Amino acid sequence: MVDAALFASALGALAPILFAALAGALCQRAGVFNISLEGTMLVGAFAGVAGSWYVGSAWVGVVLAVVAATGYSLILAVGHVSFGGDAIVLGVAINLLAVGLTSFLIRTVFGTRGTFSDPALQGLPDLDLGGIPVLSGHSLLVYLSWLAVPGLAVLLYRHPWGLRLRGVGERPDAAASLGVSVTRYRYGVILAAGALCGLAGAQLALGNVTLFSENMTAGRGWIAVVAVMLGRALPYGVLAAAVLFGLAEAFGFRLQGIGLPQQATDAAPYVVTLLALFLSSARLRGRTPT
Amino acid sequence: MRTVLVTLLGALVLGAVLLAATGANPLEAYGAIVTGAFGPDGIQDTLAYAVPVVGMATALAVPLRAGMVNLGGEGQLVLGAISAIVVGSHVPGVLGIVAALVAGAAAGALYATVAAVCETRLGVPLLVSTLLLSYPAMSFAAYLVRFPMRDAGSSLPQSEQLPPDVRLPALGSVTVGVFLVVAAVAVFAVVDARTPAGFEARVTGWGPRFAAYAGIERPGLTVRLLACSGGLAGLVGAVVVLGFPYRFIDGALITPQYTWIGLLAALLAAANPLGTLVAAVFFAALTSGGFAMERATQVPRELTAVLQAVLIIFLAAATGVLRKRRNPA
Repeated sequence: MVDAALFASALGALAPILFAALAGALCQRAGVFNISLEGTMLVGAFAGVAGSWYVGSAWVGVVLAVVAATGYSLILAVGHVSFGGDAIVLGVAINLLAVGLTSFLIRTVFGTRGTFSDPALQGLPDLDLGGIPVLSGHSLLVYLSWLAVPGLAVLLYRHPWGLRLRGVGERPDAAASLGVSVTRYRYGVILAAGALCGLAGAQLALGNVTLFSENMTAGRGWIAVVAVMLGRALPYGVLAAAVLFGLAEAFGFRLQGIGLPQQATDAAPYVVTLLALFLSSARLRGRTPT
Repeated sequence: MRTVLVTLLGALVLGAVLLAATGANPLEAYGAIVTGAFGPDGIQDTLAYAVPVVGMATALAVPLRAGMVNLGGEGQLVLGAISAIVVGSHVPGVLGIVAALVAGAAAGALYATVAAVCETRLGVPLLVSTLLLSYPAMSFAAYLVRFPMRDAGSSLPQSEQLPPDVRLPALGSVTVGVFLVVAAVAVFAVVDARTPAGFEARVTGWGPRFAAYAGIERPGLTVRLLACSGGLAGLVGAVVVLGFPYRFIDGALITPQYTWIGLLAALLAAANPLGTLVAAVFFAALTSGGFAMERATQVPRELTAVLQAVLIIFLAAATGVLRKRRNPA
């Protein structure tokens, strides 16, 4: 029983990372190294809470989260694609801007500092899938995040857009000479990634919990960046990487149960991810000796 | 330089719009930042804040000079601080101070070297290895001050105070540690401008492929630069905990965002040593002025964090445009 609850909570915690990692994979395939997932997710979380609070409907919050995060990702699109700014520099700044901006807004909009929560704040309802253990009892967004994995796979490998998108990522010059607009595709993936990060933020702030707190993404966007790398930007690879991270986190909680301090288990997901990166890159090198 | 000033103006205008939108008087708020940062009361706070920010900015500028981004400054900073506490509480007197500083630098250097080896030997990009290693380091320090090293007389997660003879002498709001940070900036400036090592780093920053063609061995350079970067970050951690309140408090090195503000400063100055110093002092003044602004005008101090990030975004975009104009595709 404890195990089922444990895995169920791991599934909920996984969804924001999965959304963000799919966003990162989409950008990666089009040749954009997007490390602004963390900040974009944070903006989505804030907008989701603000929307839900003012209108009294969690779904309005979700819509607002998507709109705000998509709009926020315009900074990267304009700065990187149109102006040619360095994606890493922009990404670092965009993440810090999100922390500053949401902390500024929580003061000016909600008049509080640190954490905003209110009994009247509407969270996302849990769905009951006929009472199936573990799988049942999550918000719609959690299931949507699972569906997004095959969705991305279909888009990338079964749709002309995916073909062109991958072309833009692998050989931008060649794609351009065939009449594919590199600018338009890169704008598209960055904005779509923004929308996915908006869903990630909404799930985080209205699904997993029902509140907004400063810097509440707490490194999840960075984990997503790593998951993209570990999963080699393949939809199912990214899913596997995100699940690995989620399991490491759940396993960490288990260890806490047998008396290990929380600080030791907090570190577990990062160490596991790093080890997985070693192993996967070592295996890759074994296959293609240089 | 002109680009920096123009983008600074742009960020200030955007900040003014944001201020006006929240119903505050932009000029009054900006005035409060300036008087807060450099006024007779504020200047001490600004200096105290500037020491770690300048130190971290310089630490992160060292690899950035060669185009390498060290995102693990927080872990290196924290490990340096906790190592300094361990050594400082066991070795008495002046020897203890020196040993604590050396231990801090060594711990940071060693940890950053691990991240560098992850890239050069294990195929994990530096950006990711530095960042991923940062979290376990912070958790480890958090564990130490909660359990084995905890101050028994307190309910807070903090270490015991260092003995009175293992403390850096205070100079107003700062300690003599300020000279160590200034010395680090000076050494960086000289090495950068006058030595083959500095030239190798700069050439690698201009173009990694050209650098490889010129015979610069990248793995070795990565390890050396990261060791210097982490060592400096660890030294900053040691300097901070050897000053008031003479102990390691969980989160005290992370919450003020020394590392991230330092990274933004290094990015603003394109890792130029003296430019990084100026940018870091500027950002430190902006941040400490933000507290004064909040007291005077009720405008949340986070405005200054917004200004800093916007400045870097504008600068990155402007740099991109200039680069495009110079080599049109």
